[in-house]
Amino acid sequence: MLISWRRPLVFFLSLVSIMAQASDGKLIGTAGLNQIEGSGGGGIVPWATLAGYDSRDQVSVNAFTTQVDIDDYRLNVLGVSASFYDRVELSVAQHRFDLKTLGGEIKQNVYGVKYRLYGDVVYSTWPQLSLGIQHKELDDGSIAGAVGAADNSSGTDIYLAATKVHLGAIAGFNAVWSVTARATKANQLGLLGFGGVNNDSYQVMAEASAGVLFSRHVAVGVEYRQKPDNLGLGEDDWFDVFVTYIPSKNLSFTVAWAELGSIAGAKDQKGLYLSLNGQLW
Amino acid sequence: MKNLILIFLTCFFLTACASKNLSTYQQLGGQPKVEEIVDNFITEIEYDPVMFEFFKDSDINRFREKLIEHLCFLTGGPCDYTGDSMEQVHGGMNISESTFNHGVDLFISAMTKADIPHPVQNKILATMIHTRDQMIYR
Repeated sequence: MLISWRRPLVFFLSLVSIMAQASDGKLIGTAGLNQIEGSGGGGIVPWATLAGYDSRDQVSVNAFTTQVDIDDYRLNVLGVSASFYDRVELSVAQHRFDLKTLGGEIKQNVYGVKYRLYGDVVYSTWPQLSLGIQHKELDDGSIAGAVGAADNSSGTDIYLAATKVHLGAIAGFNAVWSVTARATKANQLGLLGFGGVNNDSYQVMAEASAGVLFSRHVAVGVEYRQKPDNLGLGEDDWFDVFVTYIPSKNLSFTVAWAELGSIAGAKDQKGLYLSLNGQLW
Repeated sequence: MKNLILIFLTCFFLTACASKNLSTYQQLGGQPKVEEIVDNFITEIEYDPVMFEFFKDSDINRFREKLIEHLCFLTGGPCDYTGDSMEQVHGGMNISESTFNHGVDLFISAMTKADIPHPVQNKILATMIHTRDQMIYR
């Protein structure tokens, strides 16, 4: 696995190094994180911002790892993203969903593309706007099939996000908010397949984040993600409260408390979300 | 959890809309602090190879005088800005977005060295951000 990744990665990084200088062209703390599906964002919500500190003449590469450890499950995420000229973001993330009480594991890869349509999150009058897709491929669809997913192999989400940083807005602290509309058929991110007996068509879900930067290095905020209930298993909306520490433009740590509701019949799933995010280039 | 989020959002929007009495100029400490920030900024530029390139043929005394005026004016102080427009000053320089943002980082550093508190720094930046479009890629 590692060896097969190494050559394309080296090639990719050398390509990036030829194309642009290392990126530091945004205010610290305004680049955001890689969210759970790998796109630039908050923790569970994709934002209009692109991951990384690249500006119009720079390229950036980020890597991240996230773990969400809830009562009956544990989600491990590994991913990389590259942002080109603060315009296009490509991302890959791997989900490993550990069924702690039932035993077993569900694996899925998420491939993301995001295109910035308008604006700059800090400097433009109106919010930054981006359009993105997340294509999800399940490694083994047997569990998705067993819970009644209409499609147990792959699905694609499409989202439109608006994000704005207001300088000095809250007692002088910088504030950030983001809202996202996502058209999706995914059950629990796609880990339980796509569509189901209740519903098998695209539905538009609302997602939102709001946060305050208490210094150039600490952000605190909340997030919400609406979810469809295609399987009829009572899939709930998601919430989290997060604290992010950003020691430099190259590194950030996030700790969050996540309440994910009912997952595949197991009720009231909640626990810690931990994420480490690094800018490699 | 839902209540917690509602409380957070209520505070978020209430304080965001709350009015302020003192001008940013008064909050930052008036003319002596404006001058200290500008002097620190000039020092930052002198020691920065990227930024210095843009200033090597400039009249630094004039730059200092006009930036002090401009900062005083933008933050709501009792000054008029008598210098050239931002478009005129930065015309032909072709300042990139990353160079501009680098300049902002140096300006933040200049404010920090002048002991300007973080919230006041943000308010100062908020009075200046509209000049960005007049400065980059000119």
